[in-house]
Amino acid sequence: MFNIELKDVSKSYGDNEVLHDINLSIEPGSFTAIVGRSGCGKSTLLRVIAQLEEISKGTLSFSSNSGSKPKIRIMFQDDRLIPWKSIIKNIELGAINNEVAEQSLQKVGLIDKKTDWPDQLSGGQKQRIALARALASNPDILLFDEPLGALDALTRIEMQNLIEGLWQQQEFTSLLVTHDVTEAVRLADRVIVIDKGTIQLDEKIDLPRPRERDEKFTYYEQKILNQILGG
Amino acid sequence: MRKGRKWYNNRLVPWILPVVTIILWQLLVQYKIVTTTLLPSPLEVVEAAIKLSKSGELQEHVYISTQRALIGFAIGGIIGFILGLVNGTVVFFERTIDTTIQMIRTIPHLALIPLVILWFGIGESAKIFLVALGVMFPIYINTFNGIKNVDRKLIEMGSVYGLSRNKLFTNIILPGALPSILVGIRYALGVMWVSLIVAETIGADSGIGFLATSAREFMQMDIIVLTIVLYAILGKLSDLIAKLFEHRLLKWHPAFHKK
Repeated sequence: MFNIELKDVSKSYGDNEVLHDINLSIEPGSFTAIVGRSGCGKSTLLRVIAQLEEISKGTLSFSSNSGSKPKIRIMFQDDRLIPWKSIIKNIELGAINNEVAEQSLQKVGLIDKKTDWPDQLSGGQKQRIALARALASNPDILLFDEPLGALDALTRIEMQNLIEGLWQQQEFTSLLVTHDVTEAVRLADRVIVIDKGTIQLDEKIDLPRPRERDEKFTYYEQKILNQILGG
Repeated sequence: MRKGRKWYNNRLVPWILPVVTIILWQLLVQYKIVTTTLLPSPLEVVEAAIKLSKSGELQEHVYISTQRALIGFAIGGIIGFILGLVNGTVVFFERTIDTTIQMIRTIPHLALIPLVILWFGIGESAKIFLVALGVMFPIYINTFNGIKNVDRKLIEMGSVYGLSRNKLFTNIILPGALPSILVGIRYALGVMWVSLIVAETIGADSGIGFLATSAREFMQMDIIVLTIVLYAILGKLSDLIAKLFEHRLLKWHPAFHKK
């Protein structure tokens, strides 16, 4: 189990500072959502944690009692399935073994599409395959970069339930970047609001699962929304 | 299958125009509207083909030409492919080699014939050299561009999922460039025959081009037309084989999905 630790992390592209002195500690097995307007730096923060971007200043560390490196996977906004590989081959690409690949496909409920080409699937199905691919690699940390942004409302709800269920089952650390406040409150234990590259709000969501849109839910939703719109 | 299929989707339809042309051609010659000294009738061409194949001459010439074409294609194709691969993947080589290749590419390779004859004489190597040179560039450019245009997002995904450099290359970069490489191969096959025809016409003692030039000296119109038809058939045949490869290798592509 890995603790993600960011100390005074800044990230600039030329003169443009996208992240400014971010201090953040994320507990193993937790589900954290990062919300904010477009261009607030939330995706950059995710890419920094995935080590796809170099940090300009500060440190990023993963502490654990085993001392090994964590396995980090990303579910991208687009599915990024390889078009010339069948569905099962796409999942096997990241899988620890082929048996696990098949189990993951079963978990996302698309085992009958095993030999199809990605182009034969709908957008929602492709994202489910992308989720299966991420799970098959048995990640320590799974980063979600607005993976549901392009899906229709009903498919989104289905995917949210699926992600929640699989997270509870496999106990990886989840970090979700989204601009959808409802989605953040629906899924996360903790919601972080980012604006102009700094953390504006760090809110613990204390609601039982599965979550219903009751009064407390709306309270959190409103509080976070006010922060984003007012900030 | 969908109801009310258009009549022109029938498999025989593409052959209507060639067949009608041949019939028209036969009639024009038969009724002396065009004289046989200018244009032999299709039947005469077929007769010439039968006569030449009985003596085994025809097969020999076709065999020799095809052999030259394929050897040249293999040499030029492999060089072009390797250069495209290396320049497409290693920036150092791209910076040092690409511009030079692009400069050489703009020279029409057939313009080198006088030089090639002085270098190689009129033997086999001259013809193979010309074919190889002509074939190299389309394959180079399409391999190079194919690799350069592989979806960066897929490559990023591959590295996030921990693929090694080799696996990244064989699973993502090479198959991603394949459609473009196949376009290069199809184009190169056309260049291959053109180069060979010109090379064989200039100096050869065998091959289809030789057959044509020697027939010209004896005014054997039927054989001249026969050689032209032979090139057409060989060209179509190689294109067909290339298409077959395309269908096999790109069966994942939406354009080739079974309906």
